Amino acid sequence: MKTETTLDVFDVDKIRDDFPILKEEINGYPLVYFDNAATSQTPQQVINCISDYYSRYNANIHRGVHTLSQTATDAYEQSRIKIQNHFNAKRSHEILFTAGTTHAINIVASGYGQFLKKGDEVIVSALEHHSNIVPWQMMCEKTGANLKVLPMHQDGMLKLEELDGLLSDKTRMVFVNHVSNALGSINPIKTIIQKAHDVGAKVLIDGAQAAPHIQADVQELDVDFYTVSAHKMCGPTGVGILYGKEHLLEELPPYQGGGEMISDVSFEKTTYAGLPHKFEAGTPNIAGGIGFGAAVDYLHKIGFDNIKEHEDELVSYATERLKEFDKIILYGPEVNRKTAVISFNFEGLHSYDIGTLVDKMGIALRTGHHCAQPIMKFYKIPGTVRASFSFYNTKEEIDIMIKALERAVKMLY
Amino acid sequence: MSNIEERKEEIIDEFSMFDDWMQRYEYMIDLGKSLPLIDEKYKTEDNIIKGCQSRVWVKADHQDDKVVFKADSDAIITKGIVAILIRVFSGQKPEDIVKADTDFIDEIGLKEHLSPTRANGLVSMIKQLKAYALAYMSKDASTQN
Ligand SMILES: Cc1ncc(COP(=O)(O)O)c(C=O)c1O
Repeated sequence: MKTETTLDVFDVDKIRDDFPILKEEINGYPLVYFDNAATSQTPQQVINCISDYYSRYNANIHRGVHTLSQTATDAYEQSRIKIQNHFNAKRSHEILFTAGTTHAINIVASGYGQFLKKGDEVIVSALEHHSNIVPWQMMCEKTGANLKVLPMHQDGMLKLEELDGLLSDKTRMVFVNHVSNALGSINPIKTIIQKAHDVGAKVLIDGAQAAPHIQADVQELDVDFYTVSAHKMCGPTGVGILYGKEHLLEELPPYQGGGEMISDVSFEKTTYAGLPHKFEAGTPNIAGGIGFGAAVDYLHKIGFDNIKEHEDELVSYATERLKEFDKIILYGPEVNRKTAVISFNFEGLHSYDIGTLVDKMGIALRTGHHCAQPIMKFYKIPGTVRASFSFYNTKEEIDIMIKALERAVKMLY
Repeated sequence: MSNIEERKEEIIDEFSMFDDWMQRYEYMIDLGKSLPLIDEKYKTEDNIIKGCQSRVWVKADHQDDKVVFKADSDAIITKGIVAILIRVFSGQKPEDIVKADTDFIDEIGLKEHLSPTRANGLVSMIKQLKAYALAYMSKDASTQN
């Protein structure tokens, strides 16, 4: 979706002015923020939108007849429609607001927990974040269903060729991330969805890492469930969405009971409200939901084509520069098969030491297992250093990181 | 043999010679590298302290009326702090270990490493050192009865 407002000229210096945090100093050095895959930074436009909500029309939604409540409800529902358009969902009530990806996955996993029987099978990929493993594992323990794993290659891509052997008429669910958070691998989700549908299985795609870089079209993908977190898309923390096909969401039992999600309550029986309210019990993160809409607007203003072009350039440049170190070990696929993420180690050094020293020089890198321990076990390492870039990062920042890594490595060897 | 307070003073003196973080960290890395290794056979699940990112192993032995600690970590910076803590606590009387505080870490400019939210296992390690000392105290008390 290219909107009229998309930037004609991508000027990174100008874009950086939108992000007040990028002017911060850390330990006496200018901040270099390369932990975007954990959480992205927030532009002033989104901050203003949230502040505007609290300053001008903070009220509970879907309840009051008074004007403020109506204004807040309109803004919240407007935001749902923006997100619907962004993902090209057929209906706005197929977009459920959640607390984030983790919450969204739990809604689906716990719902399917009520349908699964002993002997049913669910398939997970080897590249998943713990939040797309543990809820399904819990569900399998409860129901006696079996968890099967689609393995990965040494280069961090999935062994797609083994999928056919795993799928059968026993397969009920397949869940895979669109992009791996630890390695950045872009998974062939369209093929996976088709193959799963061929045996009658449903598919959940965890889009948390893809969403800041790739605009998914849920109808084109024919995906059953798709989840994202706003905080990785320049939006606020603690809010995200679950997209689900209407008929599937209708079948799925509610996750939480409470206000907002009912149609009629008596002590004998409660009937549930329709979509999306059935899954939105209680007062939601209203400011977050509205801010999420502003973040989607912002990303479209920058333009997903511009984002991709700039980030690809950054990740290529950083990879080249990192290869200048003789003791570097790089993990994950080649640049053209991943998003703007580089996972690496230096021979014999612990990622924690690297992360601690470069932090002293103002550089935010992520270290450790990245909530994807199965990947670390696959490579037989305790963790990696991960640099993840966003469209507001620059080559100059990469040069600063390289210098800092040179100093750190010199201190540690 | 110096007591806990004297050893802390010694370390504070050593660190007072440095005027920037680089020198402090270089020294800490040297301390980490020179920490006597503990035998691989003691790096067991029982002796491991799990921080989120770096792992720390601690082994305690009772010698006369003192507790002797050996420790290790898979990250060098963590190992450096472990070395400092071991220097203060090892070879001391259990009751002194239990009472001792670790404020000196703040004074030598390494406070951030002992923050309870830092994922390095050090805070748990200190708890563990004290737990060992406490266990020896109650053992002593029971043998005296
Ligand atoms: C691939 C992936 N899935 C799920 C999550 C969890 O997202 P949240 O913590 O916003 O629920 C993350 C966040 O790190 C992620 O990278």
